[in-house]
Amino acid sequence: MKKTVFLSALAAAGLVASGAMAQDSGSSTLAAVKEHGALKCGVNPGTPGFAAPDANGVWKGFDVDLCRAVAAAIFGDPEKVEYTPLTSAVRFTALSSGEVDMLARNTTWTFSRDVDLKLEFTGVNYYDGQGFMVPKDLGVSSAKELSGATVCIETGTTTELNLADFFRVNGLDYEPVPVESFTEAQNQFLAGACDVYTTDASALAASRASFETPNDYVVLPEIISKEPLGPLVRHGDSEWGDVVRWTLNAMVSAEELGVTSANAADMAANGTENPEINRLLGGEGELGAMLGLPNDFGLNIITKVGNYGESFEANIGESTPVGLARGLNALWTEGGLIYSPPFR
Amino acid sequence: MTTMIDPPKADGFHISQLLYDTRYRSITIQVIAFIAFMFIALFLVMNVKSNLASLGKEIDFGFLKNPANYDIKQRLIEYDSTSSNFRAAMVGLLNTLFVAFLGCILATIIGVTAGVLRLSKNWLIAKIMTVYVETFRNIPVVIWIIATMAVLTETLPQPKSFRGENPDASMWLWDSIAVTGRGTYIPSPDWGAGSAFVVITFLLSLLGIWAFGRWAKRRFEATGQILPNFWIKIAIFFVPSLLVFFILGRPIGLNFPVLTGFNFKGGFELSNSFLALWLALSVYTGSFIAEIVRSGILAISKGQSEAAAALGIRPSRTMNLVILPQALRVIIPPLISQFLNLTKNSSLALAVGYQDLRATLGGTTMNNTGRELESMLLMMLIYLIVSLVISTGMNVYNKSMKLKER
Repeated sequence: MKKTVFLSALAAAGLVASGAMAQDSGSSTLAAVKEHGALKCGVNPGTPGFAAPDANGVWKGFDVDLCRAVAAAIFGDPEKVEYTPLTSAVRFTALSSGEVDMLARNTTWTFSRDVDLKLEFTGVNYYDGQGFMVPKDLGVSSAKELSGATVCIETGTTTELNLADFFRVNGLDYEPVPVESFTEAQNQFLAGACDVYTTDASALAASRASFETPNDYVVLPEIISKEPLGPLVRHGDSEWGDVVRWTLNAMVSAEELGVTSANAADMAANGTENPEINRLLGGEGELGAMLGLPNDFGLNIITKVGNYGESFEANIGESTPVGLARGLNALWTEGGLIYSPPFR
Repeated sequence: MTTMIDPPKADGFHISQLLYDTRYRSITIQVIAFIAFMFIALFLVMNVKSNLASLGKEIDFGFLKNPANYDIKQRLIEYDSTSSNFRAAMVGLLNTLFVAFLGCILATIIGVTAGVLRLSKNWLIAKIMTVYVETFRNIPVVIWIIATMAVLTETLPQPKSFRGENPDASMWLWDSIAVTGRGTYIPSPDWGAGSAFVVITFLLSLLGIWAFGRWAKRRFEATGQILPNFWIKIAIFFVPSLLVFFILGRPIGLNFPVLTGFNFKGGFELSNSFLALWLALSVYTGSFIAEIVRSGILAISKGQSEAAAALGIRPSRTMNLVILPQALRVIIPPLISQFLNLTKNSSLALAVGYQDLRATLGGTTMNNTGRELESMLLMMLIYLIVSLVISTGMNVYNKSMKLKER
């Protein structure tokens, strides 16, 4: 008698366990985000201009705007985001394990990350390249003169691999000083523990802007790699990937079509001559419904966050301390690479 | 007197006895606990397997053969960025063992000194040691590591301060040692022809010291006379090696560090990340060892030192010949676990950018290949093996020190 009770209890425990396993696979991220009531977004722990909390603890930046835009598309409210600051070493694990729903954390799109790490890049929001920064009094004008230098480098990034390749190919030697985070790299560089600091050129500019005496440091002209930075999600949930991809595309399309946070509401209310603007803002067609979002998701993104150009200018543009020119990140019509597939 | 156990039943075993008979109950509970444990373990393994399968990531150790593509600063074996991930892990493992080995030695020296001094009759010395022990063992080791690194980086002069006509900083000991904010550069030996003879002579004289020690001990036990052992040993240590060295025309030279380009070149570099990790781990673990040593000494009955004093043995000899040999039996077992702690704590190396096993296999390799589970399992296995080897070695030593019961 007692034994049967015990055995059936064990069997029940086994069933519970297998039920829990089955639940893990095949759930929709979009439904989970809606049910949770907020988007869980993985961001950089602190790169001025791209992602950093301001004096009041509110996250601000170019990458943060992408999280805000996705939240605006889903909830109509850009504030419904829970930010998780992630170091480069833990970001993919955090995404794969479901701790965050998406990463908007200056992450380079590479073959092995896309294919082998089972991640899905949903576009490029910043075309970058790896550069070098040195103190001016070092008297160096080219990266080829850096033989024997000590180089501060964030571990677990593509820059670590590019650096090894660059110095090997050019027959130069160097001493790596691996550091765990962007801030730590800055501290070591400013203390003189390394001669050179290398990372993406955008982050170098952002970091130089935050120094006390930015003019004592120069960014060398060489760009040694292609670093297309973009948002990414887990493999295997294409619907969720589409939401993130078309949120970014909506921001780019809006800039291409001249829709801004100032005029979008007006355009949506009165309609325009251009059918693509109408589709983007939800006046025509059922594009939102196809994504599982409100039909005016484009309008929400643009009125509440802004178009691509507005976000760029406000966070990292030439009027900000970071002071980046559009360069490669200008629209394709203006000689850059930023281009959105049509809203049709 | 009442019996605690029910009298055995004559009609043999009944199933309800498993629960109600105190003779069988504990076995029943153990069996149930074991089955429950196995179920939980099975559930975890199955869960990991099914989640990995749904992500499309099968467990695969093939990444170890692929090129690592990154550089490592401190290499005890040949390595460059085209070497395999496996070799990178081995470089990291050697770095772990290097810092752990030197750390155990320094921690023991610090710990024994502080532990003995804490019992000193000198009030000031005893209190200073108390302050040392209480501060260091009550603050997390990672904070000590980072603080040491910050002090080394921020306060020491950078290489550029050594440059120019009137440099702000200068090298130590007749320009042979450079202490900089990046690392300390010490002269390294330059092996010329015939240096093997010098090394062999040196090893032979070490053997000689050991043989002399045994002979002196036997002589002491036989005659009771004490030779100036220390000075004789020092002489054996230096004289033959130096003689051969000069007879062969000084075959071993020194490579002095020289400031060339951005950094000091030549000599042997002890990077600040290594120094910070080594010093912080040693001083931290030393504070625990000090307490172990103190408790070991206090465990020896006071009568022992009083008896030694009554026999007219000097206090320093009392400590070395009477107290410490007995105290060691109490000290060694907890000392083993401190050595294990130090070895495992060395995995905090990444905090200061020292590339140990955790930073190579569990850091850059894991990040670049995305093989989290494989890297973690491999790392756990390696740390487990290292710890078991250390503890086996120390247990052998412990056995040899145990009271020989005859």
